[in-house]
Amino acid sequence: MEIERHEYDVVVIGAGGAGLRAAIEARQQGKRTAIVCKSLFGKAHTVMAEGGAAAAMGNVNSDDNWMVHFRDTMRGGKFLNNWRMAELHAKEAPDRVWELEAWGALFDRTKDGKISQRNFGGHEYPRLAHVGDRTGLELIRTLQQRVVALQQEDYEQHGDYEAYIKVFAECTVTRLLKDGDRISGAFGYWRESGSFVVLDAPAVVLATGGIGKSYVVTSNSWEYTGDGHALALLAGADLINMEFIQFHPTGMVWPPSVRGILVTESVRGDGGVLRNSAGERFMFNYIPEVFKDKYATTEEEADRWYTDQANNRRPPELLPRDEVARAINAEVKAGRGSPQGGVFLDVSTRLPAEEIRRRLPSMHHQFKELADVDITAEPMQVGPTCHYIMGGVEVDADTGAAAVPGLFAAGEVSGGMHGSNRLGGNSLSDLLVFGRRAGAGAAAYVDALPARPKIGQEQLDEAREEALAPLQRTGENPYEVHHELQRTMNELVGIIRKAEEVAEALEVVEKLKERVRLVGAAGSRIYNPGWHLALDLRNMILVSECVARAALLREESRGGHTRDDFPGMNPEWRRKLLVCSTADGSSITVEEKVQPAMRDDLITLFDRDELKKYLTDEEMSEFDGISK
Amino acid sequence: MSQTTSDAPVRRQRAQIKVRTLRTDRWWLAPLLTFLGLSAFLVYGVWAIFDTPYYVPGAEYIAPFSSPCLATSCPEGARLFGLAPFGDWYTLPPGLLILGLPGGFRLTCYYYRKSYYRSFWLSPPACAVQEPHGKYTGETRLPLIMQNIHRYFFYAAIVIGAILSYDAILALVHKPLGLGSWILLLNAVLIAAYTLSCHSCRHITAGRLNHFSRHPVRYRAWTFVSKLNAKHQPLAWASMFSVMGADFYVRLVAKGIIAFPYA
Amino acid sequence: MSYKAKFKVWRGEGGEGKLEDFTVEVNEGEVVLDIIHRLQATQAPDLAVRWNCKAGKCGSCSMEINGKPRLGCMTRMSTFEEDETITVTPMRTFPVIKDLVTDVSFNYQKAREIPSFTPPQGVRPGEYRMQQVDVERSQEFRKCIECFMCNNICHVIRDHEENKPAFAGPRFLMRIAELDMHPYDVADRQESAQEEHGLGYCNITKCCTEVCPEHIKITDNALIPMKERVVDRKYDPLVWLGNKIFRRPK
Repeated sequence: MEIERHEYDVVVIGAGGAGLRAAIEARQQGKRTAIVCKSLFGKAHTVMAEGGAAAAMGNVNSDDNWMVHFRDTMRGGKFLNNWRMAELHAKEAPDRVWELEAWGALFDRTKDGKISQRNFGGHEYPRLAHVGDRTGLELIRTLQQRVVALQQEDYEQHGDYEAYIKVFAECTVTRLLKDGDRISGAFGYWRESGSFVVLDAPAVVLATGGIGKSYVVTSNSWEYTGDGHALALLAGADLINMEFIQFHPTGMVWPPSVRGILVTESVRGDGGVLRNSAGERFMFNYIPEVFKDKYATTEEEADRWYTDQANNRRPPELLPRDEVARAINAEVKAGRGSPQGGVFLDVSTRLPAEEIRRRLPSMHHQFKELADVDITAEPMQVGPTCHYIMGGVEVDADTGAAAVPGLFAAGEVSGGMHGSNRLGGNSLSDLLVFGRRAGAGAAAYVDALPARPKIGQEQLDEAREEALAPLQRTGENPYEVHHELQRTMNELVGIIRKAEEVAEALEVVEKLKERVRLVGAAGSRIYNPGWHLALDLRNMILVSECVARAALLREESRGGHTRDDFPGMNPEWRRKLLVCSTADGSSITVEEKVQPAMRDDLITLFDRDELKKYLTDEEMSEFDGISK
Repeated sequence: MSQTTSDAPVRRQRAQIKVRTLRTDRWWLAPLLTFLGLSAFLVYGVWAIFDTPYYVPGAEYIAPFSSPCLATSCPEGARLFGLAPFGDWYTLPPGLLILGLPGGFRLTCYYYRKSYYRSFWLSPPACAVQEPHGKYTGETRLPLIMQNIHRYFFYAAIVIGAILSYDAILALVHKPLGLGSWILLLNAVLIAAYTLSCHSCRHITAGRLNHFSRHPVRYRAWTFVSKLNAKHQPLAWASMFSVMGADFYVRLVAKGIIAFPYA
Repeated sequence: MSYKAKFKVWRGEGGEGKLEDFTVEVNEGEVVLDIIHRLQATQAPDLAVRWNCKAGKCGSCSMEINGKPRLGCMTRMSTFEEDETITVTPMRTFPVIKDLVTDVSFNYQKAREIPSFTPPQGVRPGEYRMQQVDVERSQEFRKCIECFMCNNICHVIRDHEENKPAFAGPRFLMRIAELDMHPYDVADRQESAQEEHGLGYCNITKCCTEVCPEHIKITDNALIPMKERVVDRKYDPLVWLGNKIFRRPK
């Protein structure tokens, strides 16, 4: 059978913020670029981002600059971040945001006509460029329209919109292809028809987002099945930091069908407070030692902060996400939760109804339409939801290159930038900064390549066989296996982890691997969701195993990884990254790797007192040597 | 073997659903009511044009459908500022002279267009209900392209609205305790509100600008008109009924059918 | 609180197909999309439906429920009677791929035909200065989640396939309005809105506004203002004369 084949210079997998930005860059550098995405063009999960894009433009508070942003990011990630990425991110984010404006984005404005910036958890100054609470939509639409603008340019020049950049919408990649150790292309299928497609390309940029669909309660859409993570593993690349998963503290808890859907952090940034069933603002009881001097200790001071940020400390509701998520979890466990198993997030008694509708239009809309709750009149019920994975493909900070030549990654699928915990607002800026860098990295790689790698027929046959297998079986319904995986991960490798539970999860995963080999999908190849899920299961299982294995090894609690049996951070572990890889394509091995020490000019941006909380004595004496 | 591959010819077709609509609600009710309402207005209007008397001397009530009265055939007190520019060669009903202006304003009004396209022309009768016509070109050619002159009717409607306000004030001065004076006033207010809430008016105040911030006064006017504009539909109906009601009331008083002291 | 609901779901590939009957469990707080998913998981694993965010933000799960275009994820089951038969069909205006999934490429094609944002020469990124009041109108239109239900319901193309080449649909006429009102856009869009993108086909019957899940006032705030701007350019002799005499810059 003949398989549809296309030749490109760069193939970008994923059409969210990172993917589109990478594709735009590759095309701007003159490369023929394909964008492959599982959904329609413009539907990617980036639309769900609400709060904003963090960029130290200093429009609202002129004291802000990249160094403050860098410090906030490292602090939020508990110093486990790839510091070079954090540096590049803080330095380049403003340019990336301004660039969007030149492509037609319309951010909310300050009085003097600049881009307005809002407060957000973990950011010292108002820093998030935003559009109401639909910033992600603005970002994806702007990038989408930029792609269209480039296509229009190509149409003018070549008479073909798709001469240099083409979107393969509703197309899923199942395998990366290699020639020796180099990437040579990608193999996938059209969701619409079920027919296969081969993209012949020397460089592939992964921008597939996260892995949330391995959990029951998640803010992520069905697309988040860890495809890029798995494709990278199978191609021989390494994943790092996979144990760090961010549970967003405020997801909807009711009705059951929307459980997990996000309630933006801006609700808290704009004055919303968390209360337990006793009406107590409980976050004051959960301010950790390392943040003691940065957060208000009384309600009065916290309330004053909204109007006078210079002279008051911020309310503890705006602690980093991991802290808030754990606090809510603890309150619910202690029996002080709301009727439907969350806590109360109240903005109705804090702001006038009109103001709420103006500042939080889509939250108002979401609760009204989905839960029949009027947030201007009553509190919301919220609880933690699996939101973001800090871990991902280990990449070179400057180019986004993975260990496999020709493979690049950007956005959520890459690892390192956010360390053990991501600050709100840092992901939209991450997408833009590293999306661009990965696109440029891929373009430069292609330029330097002596000859195009080739695709071997054998690999194609294998990929085809693998993809067709579920259709030829009449085994178990894939939905069952998926549910069991989700339950297992949610219950045993969730917010709070214990060695026994994680070990149990690994046993379940082993058994699920067997069942995945047997699932069958009824029906034809045309738009068959059962078949698609059966294929996605391979990826979810691989990634879940990475998460569980790394979580079992890391014997400390840090950011998005909390071990009940090892509470507290351990400075020894701060220097260690856990690296996942697979040799046989099904079992995962994890190795420790030492994180390189921060560059001198960066580490000296911090106070000694602060570093002391994170670094080992040995590292501290090195620091003292530098700072003298 | 049945074909299910991507290039099977059956693809690229809409779902073959034979019924005009799958709506289960009473979608026909709104266009029906609109049809009845607008028809009643038309019938009344035709009757009112040919009906006399339309003027109540002393109280200075004049029926809105016959104002301004611009011909010699008008009773002397009914003439606008005592003028009769059309002289005595004009013998048809005076209403015919001017009703084209407010009529045209309503006929080309963006709301009325919606309502009669839906209820009279069934294009479409309701959302997601198939229209009965084989061809459709919308407002791209004659005669419907003429709808674009709406703004000129708007300018005229401003004048008519002002005259109706003047009529109401005149009545109020002559008979402050007359029910008719207040009815005429209410009508004048509703007509003014409907006229100002017009989409063309919104465009003229500042809608055509791209930099509101450089034209603060026009922007404020636009904000006000926009608020009214959101109520254009209710105002269209309210003013339509008020003008009919006020007109009918004045005629009844003029005929002596209503004759209590404060009429 | 759960009950069995009766559903009729259009199933088929290409244009051919029929309404199939299902009886399916419904629990408290569920939406139509949940029920479709339950059908997938229990009775019809290959039932095709497009969806993503399940929170009314991505605009993927557009379908017609009891004859009206709706987002499946934003249609609560509690809005129906328990004994009511609920009919779910694909969007009517676009060709069907399978079951509830339609080929919406018409929309992407139209998107390409609208000239992109065109800033003036020489304004560098970071130098843009715009007042909030000047961007608010276009911001409303940028709330659009591209569910394409407005284009689906618009009778201009829903009932007249032959008008598709000449008519961009409410979604993209609104995009023109968005750009025309953008404080920094310098492209001339008014002439082409009428001549190339079919603004004149719109007879402002407002179904686009009625179905918009984002409650954007498409007709009142985008299409009619755009029509008025076109009148300025093409049909208003006074404005035309004024521009000739005073050469007013745009």
